[in-house]
Amino acid sequence: MPPDIACGRLSDDMLARNFADAHPGLTAEQAALEADRCFYCYDAPCIEACPTDIDIPRFIKAIASKNTAGAARTILQSNILGGSCARVCPTEILCEQKCVHTAIETHKPVRIGALQRFATDWQMAQPAHPFGRAAPTGRHVAVMGAGPAGLACAHRLAMLGHDVTLYDRHTRPGGLNEYGVAAYKLADDFAQKEIDFLFAIGGITYRGGTVLGETLSLATLRQEHDAVFLAIGLSGVRALGLPDESIHGVQDAVAFIEDLRSQPLATTPVGRRVVVIGGGNTAIDAAVQARRLGAEEVTLVYRRGEATMSATEVERDWAQTNGVTLRLWAAPIRLETEAGALTGVTFRRTDPPSVSGTLPGMPPQAPPAEFTLGADMVLKAIGQVFIPDPIAQDQILVENGRLVVDEKGRTTLGGVYAGGDCTAGEDLTVAAVRDGREAAKAIHDDLTLTDLSSSRTGAP
Amino acid sequence: MADLRTNFAGITSPNPFWLASAPPTDKEYNVRRAYEAGWGGVVWKTLGEDPPVVNLSSRYGALQFEGKRLMGLNNIELISDRPLATNIAEIKRVKRDFPDRALIVSLMVPCEEHRWKAILPLIEETGADGIELNFGCPHGMSERNMGSAVGQVPEYVEMVTRWCKQNTRMPVIVKLTPNVTNILMPARAARRGGADAVSLINTIQSVIGVDLDAMAPMPVVGGKGTHGGYCGPAVKPIALRMIGEIARDPEMAGIPISGMGGISNWRDSAEFLAMGSSALQVCTAAMHYGFRIVEDMIDGLSNWMDSKEYATLPDLSGRAVSRFVPWNQLNMKFRTIAQIDQESCVGCGLCHIACEDTSHQAIAKSTGPNRREYSVIDEECVGCNLCAHVCPVDECITMTPQPVDGEMTWLEHPLNPHRLSA
Repeated sequence: MPPDIACGRLSDDMLARNFADAHPGLTAEQAALEADRCFYCYDAPCIEACPTDIDIPRFIKAIASKNTAGAARTILQSNILGGSCARVCPTEILCEQKCVHTAIETHKPVRIGALQRFATDWQMAQPAHPFGRAAPTGRHVAVMGAGPAGLACAHRLAMLGHDVTLYDRHTRPGGLNEYGVAAYKLADDFAQKEIDFLFAIGGITYRGGTVLGETLSLATLRQEHDAVFLAIGLSGVRALGLPDESIHGVQDAVAFIEDLRSQPLATTPVGRRVVVIGGGNTAIDAAVQARRLGAEEVTLVYRRGEATMSATEVERDWAQTNGVTLRLWAAPIRLETEAGALTGVTFRRTDPPSVSGTLPGMPPQAPPAEFTLGADMVLKAIGQVFIPDPIAQDQILVENGRLVVDEKGRTTLGGVYAGGDCTAGEDLTVAAVRDGREAAKAIHDDLTLTDLSSSRTGAP
Repeated sequence: MADLRTNFAGITSPNPFWLASAPPTDKEYNVRRAYEAGWGGVVWKTLGEDPPVVNLSSRYGALQFEGKRLMGLNNIELISDRPLATNIAEIKRVKRDFPDRALIVSLMVPCEEHRWKAILPLIEETGADGIELNFGCPHGMSERNMGSAVGQVPEYVEMVTRWCKQNTRMPVIVKLTPNVTNILMPARAARRGGADAVSLINTIQSVIGVDLDAMAPMPVVGGKGTHGGYCGPAVKPIALRMIGEIARDPEMAGIPISGMGGISNWRDSAEFLAMGSSALQVCTAAMHYGFRIVEDMIDGLSNWMDSKEYATLPDLSGRAVSRFVPWNQLNMKFRTIAQIDQESCVGCGLCHIACEDTSHQAIAKSTGPNRREYSVIDEECVGCNLCAHVCPVDECITMTPQPVDGEMTWLEHPLNPHRLSA
C-alpha cells in the first residue's frame, strides 16, 4: 500500500485561514502604545544586536511622534528588506533579546519587530520610493542570486548610481523569502510586493532562469560587468545517509517548502503522518506547514537537546502550539518500508545518561534503545550545504564549505564579491542583507577608487 | 485609621476632598453622584446673574505626553449656563439630603455692590455652607470684567470681598487667579477685605496646542480658537509654590487655604496639605476617571497618615511650610552625589547621555562584553539629580547626601559681595 500522501486535505477556506498572516501587523494605536514603551536608550544594546545596525530607538521614537515616514526611512536606509526582516527575524535572539526592558521583566521586550513592520508597511503603501539614485556612474554590476543578500546589494548599488543586472535561477526574484520561508510569515505575497518596492528605485534589471555555471559562467559575468556579487546561497541539502532515501515519500524539507510556496495550497501534497528530521527553522517551518496543510500527525525529531537546536524557543513553542510533537535525543537509523513503500522511520535514542532520568521514587528503567514512528512522509531538514560546482572552473577560494571573503565581502578573485549564506557567518536573512549592503559599498568604493587612480595616471 | 474630618473656616466635611467649581459640579445629578461616591464636599459650579451665559460647543483641549492622556487640560467653558432659580432649587435639595457634606457655592457677578447684595440672600437661603468668590476664571468671563479681571486687581478683590462679608453671614472663600506676578498681592487684599479663607489656584491662561491642519489654536471652534484655562497634573508645581508663598507669609498667617491645582492622588493631596492647605479641591482627576477616584485618595491618605502617625489633618497641614525658604537660606555646604545600583541598572544609558550632553560629564561609560556599565565620577558630580530623574528604573539611581560640616548660606558666603559681616 502506498503511503497516504494527498492534496486538499482541508477545504480552501481552512487553508486560506491556516496560511494567512501568522502575526498580523499592529494598528496605529497599538504601535503608538508600544512605541511609548521604548526608553530611547543611548547607545542602545538592541542596535548592537541587529546585524544591519538599524537605529532602533530612533525609529521607535519617530513612530511615537507619528513621524512614520522618518521611522521607515531610518529602517530602510540600514536594511532595505526591513519589511521581511520584521516578519522573519528571530528577534528573540537579536534586537528584542537585548532590549533593556527584559532586564526589568523577562520576555517583555519592546516589540521591535512588530514596530518595524508597522513603519515599513506604511512606507510600502506610499506611492513613491523613499530613496533616490546618485548620478549615474556608468558602471554595471552583476548580482548573481536574487535572495536577500543579492537584493540588498542590488538596491544599494542602484542608490549609488550603478546599473545592476540581477540574475537568479528562479523565474521570480526573492530567494528564500519567496521559496524558503513559511508562507504565513510572509503572507499576502509580501516577498513580491517588497521586491516591487525595492525595484522601484530603478536601475535594476532582473534576469530569471539563469543558472550559474550552466547558462552563464562567472567568467562571462566578469567580462561583461565591472564587478560581480555572488549571493548564490546553499544549493545542496544534507542526506540522512540511509538506504532507500530516494523512496517516494522521503523529501527534502527545503523542496517541500519550495513546492508549497510555488503552487496553490490545495494542490500541495502532504502526508497523513509526517516525520520531520532536524532542529532548525527549516524543520519547524516544514513541520508547522505540514500540519496546516492538514497532516494529522507531525513529529519533529532532533538528535540532540533543546540547547543545541538552532530553532529558537519561540519557534519551538510555535511548533508545539500548532500541534507538532517534538522528540529530542533521537537519530534516524532506518526507513521502514513494506513492499517498497514507505511506512515509517526507526530512531535510535541518543540520550546522554543524565537526560533519561526517572521520576523521583520510581525504579530506574532503561528506555528502549530504538523506536519506530509510522510515517507517510519524511521531511529531511538536517542542514543545507554550499555547492561550489558552478564556480569550480574559477580561481576562487572555498574554505570550510563556504566562499572565502574579506571583511569587505571581496572573494579571492578580483572584482568578485560574495555574501549571504554562501559565505561564512550566521545564516539569517538579516545577516544576508547586511552582507549585500556592505558588499555594495565595497564595490562602490573599489570602483570609485579605480576611477580616481585612472584619472591620476591620465588613463581614459 | 487617621481622622480625615475637616474643619475649614468653620465648614465641616468628612474628608478634605472637595470637588472644585467646574463642570463636575454643574447640577444636582452630578453632585449627588459625587457625594454618593464619597466626596467630602463640593463647590457648586459658579452661579451668575440671569440670563445665564451661553456656552460653546467644543470646550476642552488636552496635553498628552508620551502616551499619557490629560497631563494638562484646558477649557474655554464659562460659568453655569443654567437659570439661577434652577441652580438654587437644586442646591437646596442636595444640601438637605447630604447635611454632613460641605456645599459651597461659587459666585460671579459684575463689580457693583447692589448686584452682590442681590444674589447673596438667595444663596444663603439654600442652606449652603459658604461661598467662593470666583476671581479666577481667566477666559471669556474675564473679557466681561469678571473672574480673573477682578482677581488681578488687588483693590477690586478687597472691595468685593468686603461687600460680601458685609452682606452675608456665610463664610467667604476668595478663589485666587495664578495669572498674576505676585500671588501675595491679591491674597493679602482678600484678607484685608475680610475673607475667611482663600482657595487656589484657579486655571492658568493657556493655548493648549495648535491644530496643524486647521492652523488654529485648540480646541477649534468653527475654525478659530481662543485661550483657555489650564489645569491638571502639569499645573501642580505652580499651585504648590503659590500655596506655599501664602502659607509662609506673615501677613496671611492663620488663614485657611483650600489647595487645588492638579491633585490627582493621595500623594498629591498630602503634598498640598503639607504646603499649608487645610482642605483640598479636585477637578481634572475626576473629569479623567470619574468620581470613584476619590476612593483611593481617601484610603491612600489615611494609610499614609497612619504610617507616619499623623492622627488628624491639622497634624499634617502646613508641616513643610517652615522648610519652604528663599534660596539664600539654603545650606551651601550641603552636598549630595548620585549612586548607581549596578544590580538594578538595565544599561539604557539615559543617565550617561543626559549628564554628558547637558550636565557635568560625571557619569562614565564602559562597555563590557555583554553589557554597558555606567558609573558616577564622584568628583565631577554636582548632585543635580538629573540622572536620577531620567533613569527609568525606580530606586536604581539614588542621591546620597554627604556628611555636612556646619551650615553656610549665601548670606554668609565669602563669594557673596553683599554678605552679612559678623
